[in-house]
Amino acid sequence: MSLVWHQFRYDQKVFWRNPASVFFTVAFPVILLLIFATVFGDQTVDVRGGIETTTYYVPAIITLAVISATMQSLAMSLVIAREDGRLKRGRGTPMPSWVFIAGRIGNSIVVALMMLALIAAIGRLLYGVDIPWDRLPAIVLTLVVGAAAFCCLGIALTAAIPSQDAAAPIVNALLLPLYFLSGVFIPDDQLPSGVIHFADAFPIRHFFEAFFDAYVPGNGAAVSWDNLAVVAVWGAVGLLLAARFFRWTPRAG
Amino acid sequence: MSDPVISISGLRKSYGEVEAVRGIDLEVRRGEVFAFLGPNGAGKTTTVEILEGYRKRSGGEVTVLGEDPERAGRGWRERIGIVLQSCRLDPYLTVRESIALYAGYYRAPRPIEETIAHVGLESKADARVGSLSGGQCRRVDVGMALIGDPDLLFLDEPTTGFDPSARRQAWETIAGLRELGKTVLLTTHYMDEAQRLADRVAVIAKGEIVARGTPESLGNRESRPARIVYREAGREVSLETTTPVRTLNELTGKALAEGRELEGLEVVRPSLEDVYLELTEQR
Repeated sequence: MSLVWHQFRYDQKVFWRNPASVFFTVAFPVILLLIFATVFGDQTVDVRGGIETTTYYVPAIITLAVISATMQSLAMSLVIAREDGRLKRGRGTPMPSWVFIAGRIGNSIVVALMMLALIAAIGRLLYGVDIPWDRLPAIVLTLVVGAAAFCCLGIALTAAIPSQDAAAPIVNALLLPLYFLSGVFIPDDQLPSGVIHFADAFPIRHFFEAFFDAYVPGNGAAVSWDNLAVVAVWGAVGLLLAARFFRWTPRAG
Repeated sequence: MSDPVISISGLRKSYGEVEAVRGIDLEVRRGEVFAFLGPNGAGKTTTVEILEGYRKRSGGEVTVLGEDPERAGRGWRERIGIVLQSCRLDPYLTVRESIALYAGYYRAPRPIEETIAHVGLESKADARVGSLSGGQCRRVDVGMALIGDPDLLFLDEPTTGFDPSARRQAWETIAGLRELGKTVLLTTHYMDEAQRLADRVAVIAKGEIVARGTPESLGNRESRPARIVYREAGREVSLETTTPVRTLNELTGKALAEGRELEGLEVVRPSLEDVYLELTEQR
């Protein structure tokens, strides 16, 4: 276990020193929140009988930030490390491979939790979106289940990415359309129901719904077990695919 | 202690139809620097990766530090150090952090500062790896391979693509491994590198060993014919002889008697480079 901590500490150093990871994982969601709040800030969204747009976008952007810190960041950094030969080199040491993966997953989940705190704080300070402190256990549970599932999906996705250059296009081509279709960028009430049905086939929509239910007080339970279960099943499938297809050696050469 | 560190017999490896390694026998003894010399695509890296446990062989027997690399576990990995042919280290860690990260993977690592000093990077210990030159980077790589205090080090083409001064620095670092009593298996396609660093050399071409021995004795260089060249009436004359002293005596005696000069007279012994090219090309 101390070996996992050792690995995690260095993964944290590398993450915070890499300008690309800090920008896309930390700064970019903040910028998106500011843009959405500025453009649509004075409108209301027709869910839960009408809520402020900013109340809608805070959990939406946290959803995006969690997926970015886990699936996106892992898929890209693991492909880069694989193609650079670093994964192969690490395999030549006595360190068990699960320690390496655990360190990376730990890193992603910690960054995801930090993003929760950051976006929630900005939402509260700039836009007066209440932080539902009494629902914190539900929020953290939902976030951690989602983060773990999207980590597994990100690791599985690396098997489909042939080179460093292909990493960003493939990841973005998968995630960006789903953010739009799942109501992360465009509020639910403006999406045709066909689109929502389509998005329901993928985990982003379910994670967003689960997180929204946890974050925005409504009539229902704080933990949306059915949505969370779908996310967990996606994560389990990702884990199986990752165990089967993840590779440690460069594709090229 | 007299057991060989590496012993290979009848090693074969095929990729589909292609046989990359076609029956290699080899022994590497404790404490020696052994060079595996051959052109690109000769099967050097395939062989080394089988020894490192990265690849499965198609046939033959392999023992490294008393174990079969295909089945060896953590304890065995504690005793080997690997420098891969091409590996870009994490650019965001410093030299000291890169080595400390790897130190954490081993039960009984060497002291970190001492290892940094051993690869000659004291002044760069706090520099990010991303800011180092190729030669310095390779020394960090060697330091990371050395930090677990291994008995055996694999260095796969440690200086390929380096400029002359970076190569010389890398050579000093590798020569320093001998002082630590490490056994080193080095692959290279540079003749001078093998000559400079290795106690013994095996030349590999098209998956087979075509010559082996000390760098001096390689390919029976001593007993090969020498060439005598000179110019006569504007024409270049070249003679091959196994008895250069006698031939030269006759030649100069005759020229002297006839009052002629032998312009540009030279006696050329085959260089190691020639022997190497001959060995690897004729196949």
